[in-house]
Amino acid sequence: MTALATRLPSRFLPVLATVVLFVLTFGVGSGLYDGFASGQVIANLFIDNAFLIVLAAGMTFVILSGGIDLSVGSVVALSTMVTASGLKDGWPLPLVVIAVLLIGSTLGLLMGLVIHKFDIQPFIVTLAGMFLARGLCFLISVESVSIKDTTFRAIATAVIELPGGVTITYNVIIALVVVAVALYVLHRTRFGRTVYAVGGNEQSALLMGLKTARAKVGVYVISGFCSALAGLLFSLYMLSGYGLHAVGMELEAIAAVVIGGTLLAGGMGYVLGSLTGVLVLGTIQTLISFQGTLSSWWTKIVIGALLLVFIAVQRGLIRPRQTT
Amino acid sequence: MKNRLLWPLLALAALLLLNLVVTPSFFEMRIQDGHLYGGLVDVLKNGAPTLLIALGMTLVIATRGIDLSVGAVAAIAGAVTCVHIGTSGDVGTAFVGMAIALVLCALLGLWNGFLVAGLGIQPIIATLVLMTAGRGVAMLVTEGQIITVNNDAYRQVGAGFLVLPISILIALAVLGLVALTTRKTALGMLIESVGVNPEASRLAGVRAKTIIWTVYVFAAVCAGIAGLMISSNVSAADANNAGLWIEMDAILAVVIGGTSLAGGRYSLTGTLLGALIIQTLTTTVYTIGVAPEVTLVFKAVVVIAVCLVQAPKARAALSFRKVAVSS
Repeated sequence: MTALATRLPSRFLPVLATVVLFVLTFGVGSGLYDGFASGQVIANLFIDNAFLIVLAAGMTFVILSGGIDLSVGSVVALSTMVTASGLKDGWPLPLVVIAVLLIGSTLGLLMGLVIHKFDIQPFIVTLAGMFLARGLCFLISVESVSIKDTTFRAIATAVIELPGGVTITYNVIIALVVVAVALYVLHRTRFGRTVYAVGGNEQSALLMGLKTARAKVGVYVISGFCSALAGLLFSLYMLSGYGLHAVGMELEAIAAVVIGGTLLAGGMGYVLGSLTGVLVLGTIQTLISFQGTLSSWWTKIVIGALLLVFIAVQRGLIRPRQTT
Repeated sequence: MKNRLLWPLLALAALLLLNLVVTPSFFEMRIQDGHLYGGLVDVLKNGAPTLLIALGMTLVIATRGIDLSVGAVAAIAGAVTCVHIGTSGDVGTAFVGMAIALVLCALLGLWNGFLVAGLGIQPIIATLVLMTAGRGVAMLVTEGQIITVNNDAYRQVGAGFLVLPISILIALAVLGLVALTTRKTALGMLIESVGVNPEASRLAGVRAKTIIWTVYVFAAVCAGIAGLMISSNVSAADANNAGLWIEMDAILAVVIGGTSLAGGRYSLTGTLLGALIIQTLTTTVYTIGVAPEVTLVFKAVVVIAVCLVQAPKARAALSFRKVAVSS
């Protein structure tokens, strides 16, 4: 045990802090409210935040590479819109799924190429992507479109029974698969290591002969794909497509990644941290709904405060390379 | 300098020309009850909040920062004032309410400045905190309701006329003030030097931190005034939707105006042009009869176009900076 403690590098500390925070918030909830510490409440955390988990996994790649993707919320909205209107026009479900995933990945690819080829800041390019995707939603329809496809509804309402009477939806399985794949790609493939290297120091990575261009563009494709997938999950959750779905969700995703201990300067962080970050956000929401009298806007304030604390923790634990 | 302003000017001219073709009455002006009415006046009136916020944003971006919290700050300003005014129609109450709101905004700016200059947190993330929490605070102030007021003095700020709309007069006054204090004194150059290299500026005797604090406070106060205009224009405070996405519009205006996001140089005239382009674009989309929500697509196209036009320069500036830092 002591050997483990001494071998535990400081880069794990932010993630550990997040896990401790999750256990603490959950503990507070269980202490205060009967029925909080049940398997189903934990399962609901996953069910209600499946799309956010997928988004945060994609965002982790981008932030690890030192970039940022502000377009994810809008791409989610666009995906719900394409899904809903496609199904309404009688497209077969597999075609809709493929179309949505292709649109998301293509948008990501385009943004990545512009960022890389023209050396424009990711922030402004993905801001344009955010506007574009939202605008495209409204080009399809200004109204909300509900999904009536029977297969789609069947998948949305299907539940999987776990031991102990706990039920989850297929969304949760998909989200966990995404996290597992993300883990594998980041830690077991050349591409993943290059992403870390680019985030650490792009110049050095380039001089080492790593394929930085592929990593830099690739992370946006991954984020676009994840946003589209999250959009599909969100459609399953909401059973409608609407241009005003997922407003501000990019901030929730970024917040989850930051609370999960990923360094915003890039190069340091873990997908599992982001997953825990999402769970922390979910637990706070659950706490506030259990409490009953606190209004939902307290969630925003608490998330803001948590963001602050975690950024301060980042500053304290790891001295970033640049002081400005 | 002339070259950098050429593209925005051309874009604005093209947009105005498009309007002239589509709606010939766009340029008509008439005076009614001592007020100036017309398409161009509408552009100015509706563009005033964006222009104000863009002004504050210009200085922040010049120091290589960014302020994402301006929309939330604008919402807080409107909320605080409307809650203070309540049912009162009194002039004094309106002014006290606005003063309280602006002081509060200055404090919020101080907070951003503290996070950026004091703790050294990246600006995009430091202001993200207030952007997320700020809307919550605004909701807390209004208790989640849309607060409506009936106060003539307050309505003047956003909807009043003094021949020209009062809101644009306020915005232009702030523009003049900023132009005077930063371009006629060394302040502008100091801000740019902090944007190029804060550490070098500090060693050269520039109070880099004080300057960073100042620009964030200024940006927040600008956002506060803009928030007052937005809420006064409709005599109501909507914590959820007031100033939503206005930070994006403001950043867009600044970028279109040729101010580099990498910091170190800024153009106030460019920002003025940028804000006008954004507002004319929005108005054009309305008048052409496309669904207003689709404006977003046009904005996206404009951002990408402007960025691409400026790209080779931005590249040259960036590579020059990298060399300068490493040597």
